[in-house]
Amino acid sequence: MNETGVEGLADRVPFRPILNGLRDAGEVLLLIGDVFRELPQGIRKLPLIVQQMVAIGIGSMPLTLIVALFTGAVAAVQASYQFRDYVPMIYLGTVIGKSVVIELGPVLTALVVGGRVGASIAAELGTMRVTEQIDAMETMGISPTRYLVVPRIVAATIMLPILTIFADIVAIVGGYLVAVLTLDVSGHTFTSGLKLYFHLRDVFSGLIKSVFFGAIISTMGCYYGLRSEGGAEGVGVATTQAVVASCLLILIVDYLLASFLFRVLFA
Amino acid sequence: MLRGVSLTIGPGESVVIIGRSGTGKSVLLKHVVGLMQPDAGTVLVDGIDVPSLGHDELLTLRKQMGMLFQGGALFDSLTVGENVGLPLREHTDAEESQVEMVVHEKLQLVGLEGVEHMRPSNLSGGMKKRAALARALALNPKIMLYDEPTTGLDPITADLINRLIRRLQERLGITSIAVTHDMRSAYHIADRIAMLHEGRIHAMGAPAEIQATRDPAVRQFIEGSAEGPLLPT
Repeated sequence: MNETGVEGLADRVPFRPILNGLRDAGEVLLLIGDVFRELPQGIRKLPLIVQQMVAIGIGSMPLTLIVALFTGAVAAVQASYQFRDYVPMIYLGTVIGKSVVIELGPVLTALVVGGRVGASIAAELGTMRVTEQIDAMETMGISPTRYLVVPRIVAATIMLPILTIFADIVAIVGGYLVAVLTLDVSGHTFTSGLKLYFHLRDVFSGLIKSVFFGAIISTMGCYYGLRSEGGAEGVGVATTQAVVASCLLILIVDYLLASFLFRVLFA
Repeated sequence: MLRGVSLTIGPGESVVIIGRSGTGKSVLLKHVVGLMQPDAGTVLVDGIDVPSLGHDELLTLRKQMGMLFQGGALFDSLTVGENVGLPLREHTDAEESQVEMVVHEKLQLVGLEGVEHMRPSNLSGGMKKRAALARALALNPKIMLYDEPTTGLDPITADLINRLIRRLQERLGITSIAVTHDMRSAYHIADRIAMLHEGRIHAMGAPAEIQATRDPAVRQFIEGSAEGPLLPT
């Protein structure tokens, strides 16, 4: 690309961010296309996938669980404050259970993992890019998509729902502990409320979302990592971009999926 | 960056491309392996037009080529042995014991033994380059590309690498294309030297011809002088 065409148009300031955004979106779609093409071969690299599952899943577990515990605890404090004098405390368990499995569990887990895993994938692949390791891999006839990208995306897509299940449980336990120990709500009242309007589809909706979030985090990490250039600074920029893009996309896709699941599928 | 480069390299020949930093020497190499695509023109390897190849065909063609990168480009998540064995594990059905044998043999060839279990980060610059050379040779390539093979190495290690490159070409008949601005290295490994200047092959000839040339730009470059037609950048 040179003086004319898209680049020339992009030099007019107002167009630049829009065109850059469109270019990025197009490149991400191409990467996703590559991933689907390489998936049958890439999925056979089981040791690589397991290695990534450990790094992404087990590695993120402590942080995720601490975040979940306090999320549940805060939800209990806030809900009880709102309920006081208006809503019976039996609904405390109901509101905590629902808000955790539908929204707080999947989204907060995704945001935490997005920061941790998205950054680490982008930094690792970015460093490999700027030290010519990716070029070396291609020169050896090994596809970086098959060898690096597919295992990461598969691992993250599997591990995010699993992390979310643990986060859901720990967050509800956090809410329970705060309710029982500090809010004068009996354990029985809390669990009765929890069961009151419990629907399995709420849990599934959260887990479906987390599958998408896992794919988003790993895809953004890989995309920005692989296209980084210009040494340490470039890797830093790629890492930041990967985390920012992951967080934004998680929230946007959360809205879209919520609309689809609750207005169309479960309506 | 490259504007009208025309260069033909025969089988088993060793060609060194010299030129100042930023003249596109590495870019030229990357076009040969299809890591970069030319805006115009063709790149033929064994009669196959590289830019026109699809993804899978390109990967197949690359198995016949090895490339030594400037910094070695060893995968730092793998041990040296795993690095050297990776192309074999990916592209052949060789059993583990065979892979280990080849890894040992290739490391021996480059004068590195007993480093199989070390991480690349624990190797010196020269050792990294030699390990990377062993990896590039793992699949017995017909063509080897060297990007600044001696840059950043002490003179003794540099000489060792030069001898290795020469030996590979003479004994195994590997076609080699090296890019460098180390003239000592160029004289040592080249059958022909080509100087890249202003996007074109400015001069070409046997090392003795290049040494004897009267072309002011070539003279300035090989003598390493700040005065002459090539301006400091």
